[in-house]
Amino acid sequence: MDLLLIVSIGGSRVALDAAAIESVIELDALSPVPRAPAHLAGLSALRSRVLTVVDCKRALELGETRFDAGEIHEAAVVEVDGHHYALSVDSVVDVVEARGEPQPVRAAMGAGWERVASGMIETEEGPILLVDIARLIAGPQQGDRAAA
Amino acid sequence: MEDLIADFVAESREMLESLGGEIVAWEAEPHDRARLDSIFRFVHTVKGNCGFFDFPRLEALSHAAEDALADVRAGRRQPDAALVSAVLGIIDRIGEMIEIIDRGDPLPEGDDSALINALSADAIIEAVAAPAPETEDAARATTIGSSPTAAPRTIRLSVELLDRVMSGVSDMVLARNELARRLREAPEDVAVQGAFERLSGIIAEMRDSITRTRMQRIENLFVALPRMVRDLSNELGKQVMIDIDGGDVELDREMIEMIRDPLTHIIRNAIDHGIESPAERLKAGKREIGMLAVSARQSGNQILIDIADDGKGIDAARLVDKAIASGLVDKTTAEEMSHAAKLALIFEAGLSTARAVTSVSGRGVGMDVVRSNVERIGGLVEVDSKRGEGTRMTLRVPLTLTIIPALTVSIGEQSFAIPRSAIEEIVRANGSSVTLEKVGGAGIATIRGRRVPEVALADILGLDSDMADEDRTLIVLRPAGGDVYALAVDRIHDHEELVVKPAAPAVMATGLYAGTTLADDGSPILLFDTAGLAQVGGVKLEKQERAARVAEDKAAANDDLVELLLFRGLGGQRRVVRLGAVDRIEDVPVDRFTEAGGRLRVQLGEDILPATGLDSLVELEGRESVRLFRLSDGETEIGYAFDQVIDIKALDHEVIPAEGQGAITGVSLVGEEPAEMVDAHWLFARLAADSSQQPSGLVCALPADDAWMRNMLRPIVEAAGYAVVDAASEAAAGADLVIRSAEEADSAPTGAGTLLKLRKSPEGDDDSIYRYDRAGLLMALRSVAGGTN
Repeated sequence: MDLLLIVSIGGSRVALDAAAIESVIELDALSPVPRAPAHLAGLSALRSRVLTVVDCKRALELGETRFDAGEIHEAAVVEVDGHHYALSVDSVVDVVEARGEPQPVRAAMGAGWERVASGMIETEEGPILLVDIARLIAGPQQGDRAAA
Repeated sequence: MEDLIADFVAESREMLESLGGEIVAWEAEPHDRARLDSIFRFVHTVKGNCGFFDFPRLEALSHAAEDALADVRAGRRQPDAALVSAVLGIIDRIGEMIEIIDRGDPLPEGDDSALINALSADAIIEAVAAPAPETEDAARATTIGSSPTAAPRTIRLSVELLDRVMSGVSDMVLARNELARRLREAPEDVAVQGAFERLSGIIAEMRDSITRTRMQRIENLFVALPRMVRDLSNELGKQVMIDIDGGDVELDREMIEMIRDPLTHIIRNAIDHGIESPAERLKAGKREIGMLAVSARQSGNQILIDIADDGKGIDAARLVDKAIASGLVDKTTAEEMSHAAKLALIFEAGLSTARAVTSVSGRGVGMDVVRSNVERIGGLVEVDSKRGEGTRMTLRVPLTLTIIPALTVSIGEQSFAIPRSAIEEIVRANGSSVTLEKVGGAGIATIRGRRVPEVALADILGLDSDMADEDRTLIVLRPAGGDVYALAVDRIHDHEELVVKPAAPAVMATGLYAGTTLADDGSPILLFDTAGLAQVGGVKLEKQERAARVAEDKAAANDDLVELLLFRGLGGQRRVVRLGAVDRIEDVPVDRFTEAGGRLRVQLGEDILPATGLDSLVELEGRESVRLFRLSDGETEIGYAFDQVIDIKALDHEVIPAEGQGAITGVSLVGEEPAEMVDAHWLFARLAADSSQQPSGLVCALPADDAWMRNMLRPIVEAAGYAVVDAASEAAAGADLVIRSAEEADSAPTGAGTLLKLRKSPEGDDDSIYRYDRAGLLMALRSVAGGTN
C-alpha cells in the first residue's frame, strides 16, 4: 500500500487505498434505485458501464448528500467483486505516499467510522484514517437500516 | 521457443480435454477401434513433440503408452481393464506435467517406472478399477457421441480480448443511439439518414455475431463428466453409468462457467448419496449398475439441464425432521408442506441428509450454494424425487446473460425495463374490456372476464406519481413458474433489446431487480425481476411457487388461512363467502332477473345462471341494478345477488354450525362481529344441478313447413333437451311448448302447452321474442322446463 487517495467525507479527511481506485469522476444526474438501502444514492453511467453510487456520508451515518440536478459531485470509482461503484465524497483532496503499515486506532471513533476503519496510517501530512472500501459499500447494518 | 512451448501446451490440453470422454468410452468397449485410434494419436503427438522440446520424462511415458497401444492396434494384444487403467494413469501424469510446463517451472525429477511397468501384459493387477461391464447393453449405453470429434477450423482467442471487443460493441451501440437522437433533432437530410441507417444495420449485425462468438456448445462442460463419474464411482465402490444427451446445445460462454460448479456438485451428490452400492441395488431389485442421465435442451430462451439418477431418492421425512431440529420450520408449517416443498428444503443452508460426512459431499455446504449460484445468474433449480426410485434435478438457466428483449416503462420521471418474456399483454386501464376494483384495499383488475390481482408499480417502489389509476397502463405479467398479475405503470415507451448486466449485490438484495442496463441516451435503467415485483407487491403467486418458498417466508406461510369475502346481503345480513368460490363480481340491471317455475334466474350476457341471495324478485324492487357474485365450482356457475362488499377477512374463529340444511353453513366471528357463512356446496348441489341437468321428456311443437324454424331454431331447441314434433301432427297436442312465429300465432290452435311467439323484427311487444334474441330464447326454453319439473 504505497499511495493513498485522500478524500473528505462529512468534513473529515480520510484515506482510501489508491491502488483500488480506477478513476475519479464527476457525477451529475443519478437514477435512484427504489427500495435499495438508503446509502445507495442511485446509478450512474461511465461509458458503457453502470456505476452504483454510494453516498459515503450516508454510509457512515453522517448525514445525506443531495444529488440535485446541476450539482456536481466528485466520486472515486472502484471495482468490488466484479461490480463498479462510485464512492461519492465531499471532495477529492490529494494523493500522498503512505509511511508504514496501518495501525489500530485506540481512541474512540464514531460508530460509522468504527465500522469502516481498517486502521490509522502515517503520511507526510500526519496520521490519517484508512477506510476499508468494501465495508464502506456495505453501509449500515441491516438492523440500523430497518430502523432508519 | 516460448511460443512453441505455449502452442504445445495449448494443443495437448485441448486434446486431453476432448480425450476425457473417449477414454472412458474405450474402457467400456475396449474393442472400439475409433476410440483406440484417437487415444493412440494423442500419445503419439505428445511423444513427437517431446523429442523436439527435450522433455525426457514425458517422452518415456508417451513412448511406453504408444508401444502398448500399438500392440493392441496390431492385434498382438487384447485390451483389458488393467491396460486401460495403466493408460489412464499415464495420461493423467502427462496432464500434470503439461500443467507444470505451462507454469514455466522445470519438470521435477521423478520415477515413472511403476506407471510404465503397469503397462506390460503380465503386470500384476492390483485393485481393478471398474469391472468391465457385464452386458453388451451396458457397454453401448455408456457410449457418448457416435464418433470421435474432428478438430474444427478454429483459432484460439483470449477471453479477455473477446470481452473487450464485446464491450467495444456495446459502446458503439450507445454512440449510435446517441447519434440517432441528435439526428432526429437536426433538420432532415436524406443522404445523412441513409448513411446512418446503413451504419446502424452494420452495427446491429456486428453485435449479433459478436454475441454468437460468446456462445459455446455445452459439450465443453459435458466432456469432463464421464471421467469424473468413473473416478468418483470407483472411489465409492459403486457402479455408475452416465448417459449424456444434448451436448450440441449452445450457451453463453460465461454461463457455461457459471453452471460448471453447480452441475458438478449435483452429480457428485447423485453418485454419493443417490445411487446405492451394487449390493444394496440388488437387494432393492435394481440393476447393479446405477444410471445417471444428464441432458440439455433449449426451451424458449432458457436452457434446461436435467440430471436424473435411479438411486434411492431423497428422504423427505428426514429432511423435514432436520429442518425442524434446526429451527428452519416449525412443526405446524411442516405438516402443511407439500411433497415438493419438503424436497425443496434440500436447498436450505445447513441441511444435508447424508448420515456420514464423506470426502465427496455431505459437508453441509452444498445444495444451498448450488441454488444461490444458479439464481444469481437468473436461473432456477428444481428437484423431484421418489423414494426408492431416484432423483431428478433440473437446472433452468437463461440462454445468455447479456441481451434481453425488454419493454421500457416509466413512473413519474424514472424509466425501468421489464423483460418481454414475462409479458402476456398490455391493456389500458380505462379500456372497455377492463375494470379496476378495490376489494379490501387490494387491487383487482378484470380483463375480459378474467380476474387478476393488480398492483401499481408506483406503490411497490414507493415513488410519487400523480397519475390516476384509470389513466395508467396495465401490463399483464406471468413470471416464470408463477401466476399472472397486472402491473399498473404510468407510461410505456418502447420495445428494446437491452444489454443487461448484473447489478450490485445490495441492489439485487431488494429482490426487485434482475440487472441494470443503459438507455439510448446512456442513462442507467433497472431491469425488473417480475416474480420479485409480485412478491414485494404482495401478490400471491401460484400455490406451487408459494410452497416452494415456504421455508423462506415463514411469516407469510403462517397467515395462509382461508380468505373470506365479507359482504352485506340484500336483506342486510352480514355474510361471508369463501373468496376462492367467487369467480368475479358484476353489476347487473334488475330486469335481467326472471322468476319462472319458482326458480330465479339471471341473464349475464349470453349466459343464464340460477340466481340466489334473494327469495323473490320483490326484494329487488326500488333498485336499478344489483351486485352479483359469480360463484363457480369449476364447471357450473351461480349468481349470488348482494348489496355490497365490506372487506376481505381471514377465517380465524370457529364456525358454529347452523341447524338443519340451508344456504348458511353456520355463524362465525368475522372482524369481531358474527357473520353467516354461505354454504357454496349446498347452493351448487341445489341450484347448479338443475341447470346442468337436461329436462327430459319434454316435447316442443315446431311448424315443419317453416324453413327458418326447421334449420335455425330446431338445433337450439333440441340442445335444450326437447323432443321436436311437427306442429301439424297429432303429437303436437301433447307438446309442453309450442313455438310459432308471432305473425301467424293467432290463427292456429295452441293446445295445452305454453305458447312461445317469435317475431321477425327486433322491435315488438312483450309477449313475443325477437327470433335472434338467443339469450331470451334460451331463457324461455328453460323456464318452461323449470316449470314442468
